[in-house]
Amino acid sequence: MTASTTGAPATGALAPRQGPRRIGTLARLWRDRWIYVFLLPTLVLYGLYTLWPVAASWWYSLLQWNGFGSPQTFVGLQNYADVFRDSLFWNSFKITFLFMLVTVPVRVLIGLVLAMVLNHPRLPFQRIFRTAFFLPVVTTTAIVGVVMQFVFDPASGPVNLALVDSGLRDQGIDFLGSSSTALWTVMGVHTWKWVGVTMIYWLAALQTVPRDLQEAAQVDGAGTFKVFRHITFPLLMPFLVIITLLTIEQNLQIFDLMLTMTGGGPYYSTEVIEVYIYRWAFTTSVPQLGFASAAAVIFGVMLLLVGLVQLAGVRAARRRAGVV
Amino acid sequence: MSTVSAPSRRWRVGRRSDVARRDVSLRRRVPVWVLTLVVTLVALAWVYPFAWMVSASLKDQLEVFSAGLDLIPKVAQWENYRRAWSDAGFGTYMVNTIIVTLGTVVIVVVRCAMAGYVLARYKFIGHKTMLLVLVGTLFVPAGYTIIPVVEITQRLGLLNSLTGMVIALSGGGQVASILLYLGYFRGIPRELEEAAIIDGAGFFTVFFRVMLPLAGPVTATVVVLTFLNTWNAFLLPLVFTFSRPDLRTLSVGMQAFLGQNSVDWSGMAAAATISIVPIVLLFLFLQRYFFDGIAGAIKS
Repeated sequence: MTASTTGAPATGALAPRQGPRRIGTLARLWRDRWIYVFLLPTLVLYGLYTLWPVAASWWYSLLQWNGFGSPQTFVGLQNYADVFRDSLFWNSFKITFLFMLVTVPVRVLIGLVLAMVLNHPRLPFQRIFRTAFFLPVVTTTAIVGVVMQFVFDPASGPVNLALVDSGLRDQGIDFLGSSSTALWTVMGVHTWKWVGVTMIYWLAALQTVPRDLQEAAQVDGAGTFKVFRHITFPLLMPFLVIITLLTIEQNLQIFDLMLTMTGGGPYYSTEVIEVYIYRWAFTTSVPQLGFASAAAVIFGVMLLLVGLVQLAGVRAARRRAGVV
Repeated sequence: MSTVSAPSRRWRVGRRSDVARRDVSLRRRVPVWVLTLVVTLVALAWVYPFAWMVSASLKDQLEVFSAGLDLIPKVAQWENYRRAWSDAGFGTYMVNTIIVTLGTVVIVVVRCAMAGYVLARYKFIGHKTMLLVLVGTLFVPAGYTIIPVVEITQRLGLLNSLTGMVIALSGGGQVASILLYLGYFRGIPRELEEAAIIDGAGFFTVFFRVMLPLAGPVTATVVVLTFLNTWNAFLLPLVFTFSRPDLRTLSVGMQAFLGQNSVDWSGMAAAATISIVPIVLLFLFLQRYFFDGIAGAIKS
């Protein structure tokens, strides 16, 4: 907030009006016509497929609308009232946040550990390891989800075979078929699938820590832990905020894996908000597009709030980095 | 002083059994080979699901269940691949996915490079607004916009077509790509353009003959990331092909395959392998651009 007040007088808000205004607006637009030609594809595509949908969702959320091409009736805030009354909406709300609260710290932490290990100056085959840990990231989530249904199969899936063969369990666990384990299993797979991204973030961050500094401290007698505590960690702090926020943003979008691994089941125990919206919009016998839009708007507002927190966090991190 | 012996412990946090952790004080430093061994084991576990998948794709339909954890099939059953490719339609899905991915990559590169260029180089009416709107919608998720996207595509008469899919995939989002180009073009010295203009080059020529070729590294990153996102896209292709199974992409086809043949594990594994191999190969050959693209989010 303070930044904007200090910035305003310097740029001279009055200048464009009273200062040298050599050519008129129309002439300026004509002179810059090529610029607008270059922007045209983005303006049209982005307008149609990102801006318009964001705005339209708000309008649709006020309609009673049972399928694409069928008539729309204005019902005011009725859909919102219905969404808020639906216990399954709150259920999916809870699951979405639980998923985020568990997977974000785990992903950030494992990513850091992996990055620090791979950054170890004397570790051989670093590039091969990096490739191995990143591999799941590039594979198609929807296909991994289907494959994982088989990997976690209670009778013949490799995970349960290993558990039974090693004598840890008498019989297999129905990881995805039981509502007490399904969500945790997906969380595990999600972390396995995406932690490579966080690892790359941390590796990029670690590259900004000068190795001389660490070595100098070591020469002075500091152990690895002390070096980490007093040198590496403070330098990584600003990145911690940014990486955590990027990871939050990514971990709120888990539709592909959820739909293909569990479909939201069993008994809605893994139905995150995106799957909830999808179910009402596309898989019920009578689509409730207005109702689904209302849920989507609430989801969007939620993401916006997360985004605002993100902005504040990044600012704080920048300030901190400036101090350090 | 006790902290001096602690360092060795931190390389193994969460990765070692308690037994190993207890005798840590005996050693001052973890030998590199121990670290290497641990990382190797973890890395092998990491890629195990893919090894299992490829192995299952070569076993016969009974062997998948009976052979247990054995990864090597008795006799490689290439017939699984034939079944997935022609009977289950993955040949068609592959062609659809390639068309959609290439189409999207071309449109995204051209439109994002052009937008990034003018936003980086020129001040014009609407410049600030446009930047603000782009950054403001950086994180709009697909799940939020899917209903209006389907509606508008239907109104344009493109719903059940690959063209519609390409346009929708290349239209939504992609803000990050624009910002990548913007940052890069900002760093190129103006003299280059001025020299070209003196030589009589127009706006269009300057961009396509001088600036775009200079932006090779960014283009590579954008191509690779867009390729990845489009190849792996799921929600939009799923919703766009409800009434046209012949237009499914690989990711959607897999879901349908499961619905029809839930007992054909080896066929499923073959289909999954077919779908994943192209993107994995691309990654193995162009790793640098993948990592650059991902790390770019941190550096900016």
